[in-house]
Amino acid sequence: MAQHEDTYKPGSRLEQWLDERLPLTRMMHGQFVDFPTPRNLNYLWTFGGILTFCLVIQIVTGIVLAMHYVPSDKLAFDSIEHIRRDVNYGWLIRSVHAVGASMFFVAVYVHMARGLYYGSYKAPREVLWILGVIIYLLMMATGFLGYTLPWGQMSFWGVTVITNLFSSLDSIIPGLGTKIVTWLWGGYSVSGVTLNRFFSLHYLLPFVIVGVVALHVWALHVVGQNNPTGIDIKTKSDSVPMAPYAVMKDMFALFAFMLVFGWFVFYAPDYLGHADNYIEANPLVTPPHIVPEWYYLPFYAILRAVPSKLGGVALMFGSILVLLFLPWLDTSRVRSARYRPIFKWLLVLFFFSFLALGYLGSKPAEGVYVMWAQIFTTYYFLFFLVLMPIVGVLETPSPMPRSITESVLGEKAASSAMAAKH
Amino acid sequence: MNHSIVAPDSDSSLLFNRMGDAAMELATARWRSGGEGVGAKALVAHAKIREAPLASEADNPNRRDFLTVAATSWAAVGAAATLWPLVQQMNPDASTQALASIEVDLAPVKEGQAITVMWRGKPIFIRNRTKSEIDAAAKTPIGDLKDGKARNGNLPETAAATDQNRVNKDHANWLVLVGICTHLGCIPKGQALADAKGDFGGWFCPCHGSHYDTSGRIRKGPAPENFPVPPFQFVTDSKIRIG
Amino acid sequence: MSQFSRITGFVRGAVAVAAALGVISSITSAPAAAAGGEPIHIDRQSWSFAGVRGKFDKDQLQRGFQVYQEVCAACHGLKRVYFRNLSEPGGPGFNAEAVKALAASWPNQIFDGPNEEGSIANRKGAIIKRPARLSDPILGPYDNDNQARAAQNGALPPDLSIITKARGVEYHGGVIGHIGYMMRDIVNGYQEGGADYMHALLTGYTKPPADFKLSDGMSYNKAFPGHQIAMTEPLSDGRVKYQNESVPRTVAQYSRDVTAFLAWAADPRLEERKSMGWIVMLYLLVTCVLLYAAKRKLWSSVH
Repeated sequence: MAQHEDTYKPGSRLEQWLDERLPLTRMMHGQFVDFPTPRNLNYLWTFGGILTFCLVIQIVTGIVLAMHYVPSDKLAFDSIEHIRRDVNYGWLIRSVHAVGASMFFVAVYVHMARGLYYGSYKAPREVLWILGVIIYLLMMATGFLGYTLPWGQMSFWGVTVITNLFSSLDSIIPGLGTKIVTWLWGGYSVSGVTLNRFFSLHYLLPFVIVGVVALHVWALHVVGQNNPTGIDIKTKSDSVPMAPYAVMKDMFALFAFMLVFGWFVFYAPDYLGHADNYIEANPLVTPPHIVPEWYYLPFYAILRAVPSKLGGVALMFGSILVLLFLPWLDTSRVRSARYRPIFKWLLVLFFFSFLALGYLGSKPAEGVYVMWAQIFTTYYFLFFLVLMPIVGVLETPSPMPRSITESVLGEKAASSAMAAKH
Repeated sequence: MNHSIVAPDSDSSLLFNRMGDAAMELATARWRSGGEGVGAKALVAHAKIREAPLASEADNPNRRDFLTVAATSWAAVGAAATLWPLVQQMNPDASTQALASIEVDLAPVKEGQAITVMWRGKPIFIRNRTKSEIDAAAKTPIGDLKDGKARNGNLPETAAATDQNRVNKDHANWLVLVGICTHLGCIPKGQALADAKGDFGGWFCPCHGSHYDTSGRIRKGPAPENFPVPPFQFVTDSKIRIG
Repeated sequence: MSQFSRITGFVRGAVAVAAALGVISSITSAPAAAAGGEPIHIDRQSWSFAGVRGKFDKDQLQRGFQVYQEVCAACHGLKRVYFRNLSEPGGPGFNAEAVKALAASWPNQIFDGPNEEGSIANRKGAIIKRPARLSDPILGPYDNDNQARAAQNGALPPDLSIITKARGVEYHGGVIGHIGYMMRDIVNGYQEGGADYMHALLTGYTKPPADFKLSDGMSYNKAFPGHQIAMTEPLSDGRVKYQNESVPRTVAQYSRDVTAFLAWAADPRLEERKSMGWIVMLYLLVTCVLLYAAKRKLWSSVH
């Protein structure tokens, strides 16, 4: 762990006794109270804490829902309705869990975009970033498995379509894809057997996420937080202790986030879902327009942009896996896009094309939509695989402050210096 | 320093990797050369002055600030309030509560017979007692009883365990009981004609040997209390509503 | 970078994004109409239960139940709603004793498993059932889907318990409009798409256009996707005799009332949800202000 001053003083004899045997409180104090955080962090840096909150909320509400939910193709849909109608505060808990999944993804996208913009994936934070990508992948898997559980039409057909992605492997080794799909389903179609195993895995994965999050936080506390300038902490005045400074700021941001969260829970609980999922799963009728949850839409658009089955699947998985290689694809020696005049705009264009892909993913795969999806998919990969390595070498960074302290006080100091001159 | 992340000689806790460092140097050098020399110097000097109060604040932040205490405790109130739904959800839900009362038709139960019905997931023993069974129960002196309380949901808690207090006074032949042994929750024998009914002709719990009499009162064995009588009423002469 | 140039940077970025969106919307708005048949416009209605302060109108729910009972129940069940719900707070609020009598006289009775002799059907072959109690669901006339299809020319009348949640309205327009539309719906807490659709459907029976080919036994409906619906027009003026004579006995009124009732059936906790929402939102807002003030004070020495 990063070294910094240890201000922990055991308050009572019990604390002292424990400190000599298992210095857990000392460790927590060191990592979450004394820990130096850059003094120039903006509110985008509060999303790590918000994500932790989301994870806890999902696990707590999820455990509660599992007390009432029945993972069977005959009863799953009924049990959700039972929770909504009859269980004490069931409507609230279920709504928090369903909306919470969306909020989790809102927060993770902000968190990732912040990492991209300020170069938080660059050395020495490569492992931190890779662990983050793994968490994101696990979140996607968990979200997908969870969306299966209500056993509505979208659940059923979503599972059918997504699991069938693996059948594309048939074009590499004939029969392999089909074998994998049959294995995933535990039968020759999506059935109650599939639902039961998906429930088991949906319960398991969040705890795996907890484990990887612990590693993620550990890695963060080894290398320290990045900051909007991308310059490391050099002197004591560059940082403030985590408690109370960063903690208070995180708390405020968390409650502001909860305002949005609460609005959806109480006033638009179904807004982020799909009406078809209030129709019980029917293996004989496919809904006219299958769409995944909104947070998968950009990848869904990439999948459909490619006319080949295997190609689409490969590109879709590739679009996430490419993130693992960012630390090495980005050749620039400057972290923060703030000081990278060309890269900054390419990155903004990347964000835009990601959003555009999300929009296109919600539209039927026909006509102009496919063409635009192809254009934005091309840019998605062009950005990571071509532009990022080249721009990093060619670009001349803009002037940077010498330290974090200077970046915070520079403006005021400069103006007062000017005033002194006149 | 190569790839080591923590530099032992640095007073800063974090160290950057050389590449990033070089980039910063390069960038700042360019910035300095481009900017006004005087301005930049003044900037640094000013920053030093501004650092001072911060450092002392950071060493000893005023954590007892009223606003901080108010805000955090108010936030804690909310956190505590969220526990309420999480606890309440484990209580019986609306559909379970809706099943809380049932109606039972007694017409098919002949004298000397008994039936068992389910109420709130518990077996309810209903016995149409014979004259001799009623007499035996009525004659038992209160002093012989292990538990002197009537345990009748239709009567005050203080009522004594006379046979009269264990039944509806207009329908003394009908004994209605929650058929769960008050020891550790087994279901006693005695409902079927061929069952062992224990030393007192009522019920016998095979788990640990508790004997109940024909009024459902504990007479012998480890059970501490009489069978409770659930709240019930006669809707007609041959129909009761339990709950 | 100075504050000023950062702001101008953001402005330039925003302009660029808006321009790009404009290009896309002008290109993509055309095929939106082409996709999946012609888009059907559903008018938004004003519902008493809409918005952040929405509440059900008890009288309307009671009338809506009457319409359901006298018209819809001939084919459609309401199996996720229990008789007990009809007298619960936040709903139609019928008198509990009246509901009990209603349950006992409900024509679609409850199958409770084999009787004492182990039979499930009587001598005539009909399934043995008992009258409903408060704790029983409000069932439709058919024992199962096969029976329903056989009786309805192969069409299955769906259960209506969550019909207003299982239907919605789609947006048909360009990209820019879509963003504004989404924002407005989120801010207004728009959750009545299903109700709007139901009302449009129930009042959408018209004569088909001259060139429209209607299959046998089907009806033309403006709101129904594809316009061919197996359900014949269920409502007609004067069909249901409301007790309150000041309420118009028109198709539009019946449709509104029964839709409101079905919206309650689909979301019986709506009033509880919205009223608790106010407390929670207010609490969060106060906490936010407090925390922000505390944060400002704390950081005042840092900035």
